[in-house]
Amino acid sequence: MTDIQVTSPVRDGVGASAPRPDGTLKVTGEFAYASDLWMDGMLHGATLRSPHPRARILSVDLTGALKLPGVEAVLTHEDVPGAKLYGVDHADQPVLAIDQVRYQGEPIAVVAADHPETARRACALIRVVYEVLEPLTDPRRAALDPSYEKVHAGGNVVRHQPIRVGSVFEADVVVTGEYEVGMQDQAFLGPESGLAVPAEDGGVDLYVATQWLHVDQDQIAPCLGLPPEKVRLTLAGVGGAFGAREDLSMQIHACLLALHTGKPVRIVYGREESFFGHVHRHPALMRYEHGATRDGRLVYVKGEIILDGGAYASSTPAVVGNAASLGVGPYSVPNISLDAYGVYTNNPPCGAMRGFGAVQACFGYESQLDRLAEACGLDPVEVRIRNAISEGSRIATGQIVDMPAPLTSMLEQVRDLPLPEGVSTDLRDLPGGVANSTHGEGIVRGVGYGIGIKNICYSEGFDDFSTARVRLEVIGEEAAVLVHTAAAEVGQGLVTLKAQIARTELGVPNVTIAPADTQVGSAGSSSASRQSYVTGGAVKTACEAVRERLLELAAKKLSHDGLALSGGKIVSVSGIVVASVAEVLGDDVIEETREYRHRATAPMDQLTGQGDAHTQFAFCVHRAVVDVDVELGLVKVVELAAVQDVGKILNPIALEGQIHGGTAQGLGLALMEEIQVAGGLIRNPSFTDYLIPTILDMPPMRLEILENPDPHAPYGLRGAGEPPTLSSTPAIVAAVRAATGKSLMRIPVRPEHITGT
Amino acid sequence: MDVQLSVNQDQHPITVDTRETLLDTLREQLDLTGAKKGCDHGQCGACTVLVDGRRVKSCLALTVTMDDREITTVEGLADGDTPHPLQAGFIEHDAFQCGYCTPGQLCSSVGMLAEFAAGWPSVVTPDVSAAPHLDEGEIRERMSGNLCRCGAYVNIVAAIGQAGR
Ligand code: FES
Ligand code: FES
Repeated sequence: MTDIQVTSPVRDGVGASAPRPDGTLKVTGEFAYASDLWMDGMLHGATLRSPHPRARILSVDLTGALKLPGVEAVLTHEDVPGAKLYGVDHADQPVLAIDQVRYQGEPIAVVAADHPETARRACALIRVVYEVLEPLTDPRRAALDPSYEKVHAGGNVVRHQPIRVGSVFEADVVVTGEYEVGMQDQAFLGPESGLAVPAEDGGVDLYVATQWLHVDQDQIAPCLGLPPEKVRLTLAGVGGAFGAREDLSMQIHACLLALHTGKPVRIVYGREESFFGHVHRHPALMRYEHGATRDGRLVYVKGEIILDGGAYASSTPAVVGNAASLGVGPYSVPNISLDAYGVYTNNPPCGAMRGFGAVQACFGYESQLDRLAEACGLDPVEVRIRNAISEGSRIATGQIVDMPAPLTSMLEQVRDLPLPEGVSTDLRDLPGGVANSTHGEGIVRGVGYGIGIKNICYSEGFDDFSTARVRLEVIGEEAAVLVHTAAAEVGQGLVTLKAQIARTELGVPNVTIAPADTQVGSAGSSSASRQSYVTGGAVKTACEAVRERLLELAAKKLSHDGLALSGGKIVSVSGIVVASVAEVLGDDVIEETREYRHRATAPMDQLTGQGDAHTQFAFCVHRAVVDVDVELGLVKVVELAAVQDVGKILNPIALEGQIHGGTAQGLGLALMEEIQVAGGLIRNPSFTDYLIPTILDMPPMRLEILENPDPHAPYGLRGAGEPPTLSSTPAIVAAVRAATGKSLMRIPVRPEHITGT
Repeated sequence: MDVQLSVNQDQHPITVDTRETLLDTLREQLDLTGAKKGCDHGQCGACTVLVDGRRVKSCLALTVTMDDREITTVEGLADGDTPHPLQAGFIEHDAFQCGYCTPGQLCSSVGMLAEFAAGWPSVVTPDVSAAPHLDEGEIRERMSGNLCRCGAYVNIVAAIGQAGR
């Protein structure tokens, strides 16, 4: 690769707050989300789901449904032509239930009809006879008790990952705690939807809101009994994802119905169905014991993290890997004995959600650090500084952090930010607000801190790559770039970043982003905060290849040596402009496709958890300021401050949005968001009963963003979307503890935890 | 039932089932998919439209009640090619990520600013007899019926604040 730098700044290149290419469509209502798709003559699909978390299916009678006018297909597992099982990690989930159901909401049959209401009524006419069984809902027994009945024949433990380091498990100061994390929902605002269109070649075209087109294709095609090239996917507009679209929902069902009826079939979930239609964040039971010297230096950590994966594996193995490898947090700990388990139960299936595995552990280890601070008589920031890793330290897996890790200065920086004014006397600013629940009596201010470590990109030896195709040509006398990847824009602003990278690398302002589809190689998932790294890297590499060919072409056409590209112009060694890009190109088209891989990672040792499992680490620190009405248990978050190291800011305004959004979801987990599950049943599948933060709950934020480059990453960047979701939760809970003196071992914190009633 | 629907100043004589919501009519019959269905139960605000200038959650309004009323959806906010100042403000402040809540946020904020201009107090207005002042607290209170799961709230407050002043 020639070493050519584009020196002149290009407008809206890397580092600028470039506007989103899809922004205008999104504010005018023209942006087509998956649920907005329409085709003449299309049918509407609906899904019959199990009302029971565990049951045998004794019989299914479709007669009534098939007789209903307007119904064109009613399908069960018998109609699945290929593989009957699928799964993002391993195939354990039936496309449609076979003889038994393992969670409430498990799909049993699908219907296509001329109207959504007809399809729903047909579902209601299907007669299923169940033998209802006692659901297995105790994750601790699933993890540790071999006599517990099994959800799947192979046993209840999906993955057990130990960490074993050192042998000294005695210390002067010992603090212990048992913590619990409730089940959080991604609650993206645009429910699961897609449109499947049968094709003339016997295949199917699927337009769908997802996070990873190719892994969907890999799962759908075998179930349809089709080769992958006959299952073509195009990304439809995605109304948020946050991990919930990593697993399939309606994809195979819509394709089955389309192929069966020969007509386009659209499936759109409603909100209630959405709560049953995707995986959630794993609830966690955690036990920690931290041993330290009297001056607060960690000697050892013992821990147990049990993650309830529910009925199917989904991404539980990776969630366990994160919880184990990051289970002691960003701290140097010489002796560790930690076990992370992911288990099957008959609870709702759990899988990916922003920061998975690391979020649960972060609540545990950060709560422990606060206990340690108290036991040693230290300030919470000071105890963290005494133990924080830095560049060159080892994390729990023995992996050396070979990139900047300025945790000490980040902690000092967040601590030293100005604090908001004291408790307001204006009742509108108090917890409970104009509900007039207090005039200031019983209000206590609290301040708390949290810090998190998140692995960026896929870990543990996964072949993690992305593909980009970049085309440079003259359109209407102007040089124009087309960037084509399969990477899913889910709201994070990846389309903006891809255009910015192309502008910077080629100096051409006119960049178009092609729709994401499976006509180009895989981009991997829009998860693990990895797309700006990996797809960004692929776009950059493909642009470099295009640039090289452009300069070769220029040398040939202009008979000139030593040419370079600068500010969108071809320049000579002395910097004189000799031609424009368009002049050099003429009628020629340059197109290059490149794959980009981050450096390889290694599996964790099965017995000790040791290994260089991660390629990059990212860090965020939060300070939370809360006012608590200690009599009523109401919490108002007054301010959140964050310091995050992103290596390199690619787009300041979009980056800030990611930190705001991640922080808001962490606030939700701390104070309000939980899917209430009892006996395997979801009790609150609506936005009336499942609360997400509103604009009133989300306080003003102070952000300090650092740019210590990671030498291994494109532009030195670090993934940014997840880290704030880790640290905001423990910071808020710590602040509530500081205000109330309560131990608060479970999140979300409820008013009764504060009042003790 | 036959209804005369006026949407974004276009007239639509249509026949609807009496149980059909305005949201479904807009999306399924009139091909106006700007208003979004996030919950269909009045909980999220993604379906907010303006009816005679006032904000309404269209998933809770029956189409048969809309005879001869003027409905404005997100598709009708711009003046020809000139975006509404709030649309421009949302882009400038990056007040969205996935954008699914945005049509509702925009219609809601247009209606909210009109309520504000008409001198309507909110529950956080300190002096209900004086003209309200559009501070952050007022914006947050008055926009609290529109959820944004991407958490773009900080920027939504900034965008509305700029457009409202
Ligand atoms: S769809 Fe109407 S409020 Fe949610
Ligand atoms: S921008 Fe995604 S829900 Fe608001």
